Amino acid sequence: MPPPDGSGAERPVPFRGGGFAPHARPLLGAATLVVLVALWQAGAMAGLIPRLFLPAPAAVAAALYNLALSGQLWLQMSASLARLAGGWSLGTLAGLLVGLAAGLFTLARSPSLSVVAALFPIPKIALVPLFIIWFGIGEGSKIATIALGVFFPTVIATVGAVDGVPRNLIRMGQSFGLSRAAIVAKIVLPGALPGILTGFRVTAAIAIILLVAAEMIGAERGIGAFVLAAGNLYDTPALLAGIVVLSVLGLLVSWLIGRLERWLLAWR
Amino acid sequence: MPRGLRLEARGIRHAYRDLTVLDGIDLAAEPGQVLVLIGPSGCGKSTLLSILGGMLRPSAGVVLQSGEVAAGCLNPLTYVFQDFALLPWRTVAGNVALALEGAGLPRAARASRVQEMLALTGLSAFAGAWPRQLSGGMRQRVGIARALAVRPACLLMDEPLSALDAQTRDVLADEFAALIARAGTTTVYVTHNLREAVRLGHRIAVLSRRPGRVREIVAIDRPLSGRNMADPDLLRIEAALWALMRDDAAAAAREVSDASA
Repeated sequence: MPPPDGSGAERPVPFRGGGFAPHARPLLGAATLVVLVALWQAGAMAGLIPRLFLPAPAAVAAALYNLALSGQLWLQMSASLARLAGGWSLGTLAGLLVGLAAGLFTLARSPSLSVVAALFPIPKIALVPLFIIWFGIGEGSKIATIALGVFFPTVIATVGAVDGVPRNLIRMGQSFGLSRAAIVAKIVLPGALPGILTGFRVTAAIAIILLVAAEMIGAERGIGAFVLAAGNLYDTPALLAGIVVLSVLGLLVSWLIGRLERWLLAWR
Repeated sequence: MPRGLRLEARGIRHAYRDLTVLDGIDLAAEPGQVLVLIGPSGCGKSTLLSILGGMLRPSAGVVLQSGEVAAGCLNPLTYVFQDFALLPWRTVAGNVALALEGAGLPRAARASRVQEMLALTGLSAFAGAWPRQLSGGMRQRVGIARALAVRPACLLMDEPLSALDAQTRDVLADEFAALIARAGTTTVYVTHNLREAVRLGHRIAVLSRRPGRVREIVAIDRPLSGRNMADPDLLRIEAALWALMRDDAAAAAREVSDASA
């Protein structure tokens, strides 16, 4: 294309290859959160935000401090963590076993996938009353709710991960005379691991949602029960303190899975 | 009698549903020799190699093996793959060790065998590297080390150099020739590269366009080690092979472009 002045003079080639490569800027992310909290605090102090509806961050921090000091925080947290660990582990273990079976064996594939397709869309929260009837108001119903909510996505993630293991690697294992068990242990499982760990991220978030829901329906202790009780008393600083704890719990779980990925998937 | 395995295909026919890709294949890989399979795209070379190694059941015909399998051979029919097929979560040494695990070798013997194979293929300094850290040529060296580690009676090599650049291909072809000549392993080598075929083959089977049939077998009576690719006799053979294949290759190329149009 000739230059606008039509002279044909020597000119630099314009650079057109930039952009479309966003970078992570962790400090910018942290600064955004700090600015938002500061604006929230300033708004509350200026009287622009009604304290009953949304207490100031300082009030939430004070409520959190008091909770920690009184031992309430650990009391509620320990109950929730035990349910979360029990429900998630149970659902994950069962989901991995069924997912692996469906990914490896023709006989297991269609039956298990049809059951998953039929039951996965049911909102698990709707099943809590049924689980209370089945397992009682105690820990059983809460753990069952979390486990069921974790089970289906784990099956789906595991089947997808096993299906995604490159076929040529399995053929390579067969060509070297590896036994079926060795192929599963040395090729299929490590190959499926990235997909399975991605599934863990999803199921951890689902487990926290279901934990709170189950605790709100029938529990004396636990973060969900605490948030509900605080709401009933219009104690919004304590309510938000409970929500902050849940947010931190989510971040912590995500960080742990990230560490697990870095450890197990160092080869990537 | 030369050491090694003899592998013979008798009356092989293979079809994918209605599409016959191989028909009436009678062919033998003689002990200690390299049989090269060449032919135009889609003639069924790789399919035939899969059948020869028992990785694919033919629609008709049989593959027979006979002859001596040396003591210590852990996997008589061993493949080297075009795409290397390395496990990305294992180091170079871990990939070479894969087929030795569970073979009843003591740990020290296994480690020593891995070291020996890495030294043989020039990979000793990369034992702890991940496959993603290696060039294509280095990855294929790992594939070769892994294959040789099981002391195979027959190597089945499926276009092992086709994913590499021309210079690496030439270097590795020379290395393959030296390794195969030294081990005296029966080898079936699939390629579409005539230079490679002439460099490495004792006998070159030219397959016709689909359905693949053996059109001609060309023997090269020169030892693998020391073959000079500027040798007029070898150049003449290369030209003769191309003359045999040219029309089929052009027709196959037209077929491919028609299919993609």
